[in-house]
Amino acid sequence: MGYLKVHNVSKAYKRYPDKWARLGEWIIGRECHKKHWVLRDISFEVNPGEAVGIIGSNGAGKSTLLKIITGTTQPTAGAIEVSGHIAALLELGMGFHPDFTGRQNAYMGGQILGLHTEQISELMPEIEAFAEIGDYIDQPMRTYSSGMQVRLAFSVATAMRPDILIVDEALSVGDSYFQHKSFARIRKFRDQGTTLLFVSHSPDAIKALCNRALLIDGGILYRDDHPDYVLDYYNAIIAKQSVDYQIKQTELEIGKKSTRSGNGKASIEAVDLQQQEESVRVIRSGDSAVISVLAVSRDYIDELTVGILIRDRVGNDIFGTNTFYHDCSMNKLAPNARVQARFYFENLYLGVGSYSVTIALHSRDSHVSSNYDWLDQALVFQVIPGDLPRSIGVNAMPVQIKELLQP
Amino acid sequence: MIKLVMFRSLWQYRGFVWGSVLREFNSKYRESLFGVFWAVAGPLTMIIIYTVVFAQLMRPTLPGHESTPFAFSIYLCAGVITWGLFSEMLGRMNNVFLENGNLIKKANFPRICLPTIVVISAFINFAILFGIYLFFLAIIGHWPGWPVFSILPLLALQLLFTIGLGVMLGTLNVFFRDVGQITGVILQFWFWLTPIVYTLQALPENIRKLMAFNPLLPLINAWQTLFLDRAWPDFMSLFPLLLLTLLMLWLGAWLFLGRVGELVDEL
Repeated sequence: MGYLKVHNVSKAYKRYPDKWARLGEWIIGRECHKKHWVLRDISFEVNPGEAVGIIGSNGAGKSTLLKIITGTTQPTAGAIEVSGHIAALLELGMGFHPDFTGRQNAYMGGQILGLHTEQISELMPEIEAFAEIGDYIDQPMRTYSSGMQVRLAFSVATAMRPDILIVDEALSVGDSYFQHKSFARIRKFRDQGTTLLFVSHSPDAIKALCNRALLIDGGILYRDDHPDYVLDYYNAIIAKQSVDYQIKQTELEIGKKSTRSGNGKASIEAVDLQQQEESVRVIRSGDSAVISVLAVSRDYIDELTVGILIRDRVGNDIFGTNTFYHDCSMNKLAPNARVQARFYFENLYLGVGSYSVTIALHSRDSHVSSNYDWLDQALVFQVIPGDLPRSIGVNAMPVQIKELLQP
Repeated sequence: MIKLVMFRSLWQYRGFVWGSVLREFNSKYRESLFGVFWAVAGPLTMIIIYTVVFAQLMRPTLPGHESTPFAFSIYLCAGVITWGLFSEMLGRMNNVFLENGNLIKKANFPRICLPTIVVISAFINFAILFGIYLFFLAIIGHWPGWPVFSILPLLALQLLFTIGLGVMLGTLNVFFRDVGQITGVILQFWFWLTPIVYTLQALPENIRKLMAFNPLLPLINAWQTLFLDRAWPDFMSLFPLLLLTLLMLWLGAWLFLGRVGELVDEL
């Protein structure tokens, strides 16, 4: 009944230096390829009725692991032990044929799952009803949108309750209506005893469905624990590193393209977002942060104001301030004077999302008076959920709910 | 032992195999306006063209059939229809794993189902045409009589040879994509190097000797003997092909079973 044992599974893909090397290897029998390891020594067991989420960045090896478990591809080393009837939704669809109609493909999918033709005919009304794709069921698959393909694939794969259900990311293509519907069905199966293996990039879905999570990165199983702990670890270590890197890359590109305005009497030399003296681009909502700006004067300047402006993903102003408002602007600067302004946020109360920082150097309270240098999107950062209770919007205001009166 | 498991799992997936054959047949014929006519149209065109072009040229080289009506057409069809089965089956088995790459990557089922589907559906196409041919023979009063039963061993030999070679090439083609291209070219040459649209007698003596190296010649010759001469074919001449068939089956099975697990990683 739906148990799964993964024993020391490793998978390597063969890489040949050139096209002739494989022929040489086949004929001479000497190995000419390099092994590219995508999974190394993975072991875990899943008991019947458990719901396990698998998380990891792109290319971590999650899909390969699922393919090995479903038997689509063979492990290079190790073994899989499965009991019970498996239904799998790998990536998009179930290998549907573009020229066959939805109905024909549904039959094919069912037959591959091991159902008899009569059984599928019995289940067909239910499949059609759940997929809700209307007349399209009798149209060729090539006319389907990707969402419709997933609707049909999910309806077929789950037409009968399997002992083990494997869902790889597929549902993220569907609209939210169908996602809700399919999660409800997955939850129902889980409660009836189906073992669930679920790959998703949505932490909410994993928290909602799974009682256990595996973290895979670089082909290695890092964590096998309660979803909350694993997701925290993932956010803190893995995602942070990769997102930090990605954002810095995009910043470099933006920096090359962005045009700066200003009369050039002073210029922005460096901008950074820091936590504990370390440069970061991912911050937990409500944590402390420092935006540091290094400016250099190019001329004699009577007064220099350094300003920051935080904007959301679509460019709305979220929060801005400057040294003038804080009564700490610099006066009487000689050329080549270096000015360091550090804006300390004891708690950066921003909601979850992506933000950019604009930096301005000017005199007095706004850049209208005399604009020295202005840099849009000087840096981009991301806010991820922190210790605060969940909230909606760009503001994560600290709230305490004091009294709950029951009538 | 492994092979037994293979056939058992094939049996378990018979629903999928048969369903796929029907789906293919339906999408090919039921969706089109003229339906099954298209299964016949291609070979029929070929037969008409060759009859028109070669009939007068080749008539003198069909000894003993100077007075048989449609002699050259009977001869031509015997070769073209059976060669058509061989080349369609082989050509499709060549690409069967590549064409179904999407399915192989996403679903777990015995991979041997795919060549099986191709064999069955190519055979159905052949059966339609072959049935018409037999009907035509009966109508013009050229029914072969008892020797008609030699169809069974001849077909069995041809199918086994094609399956062995096809599974081998189909597997190889996944790893070396050149195989598919080469096969297409070779099939063209092979067709013209086999006396199908011409007769062996029309060739000079020295070239006829070279033809002995063509393993399919005795088989095609057997078909032609059966339908034109209405005689039992010379089964002894098929012995080398039988040996070759066994070799191909063994090679095909060895390659396929040894590499089937790796297939999906190359698609």
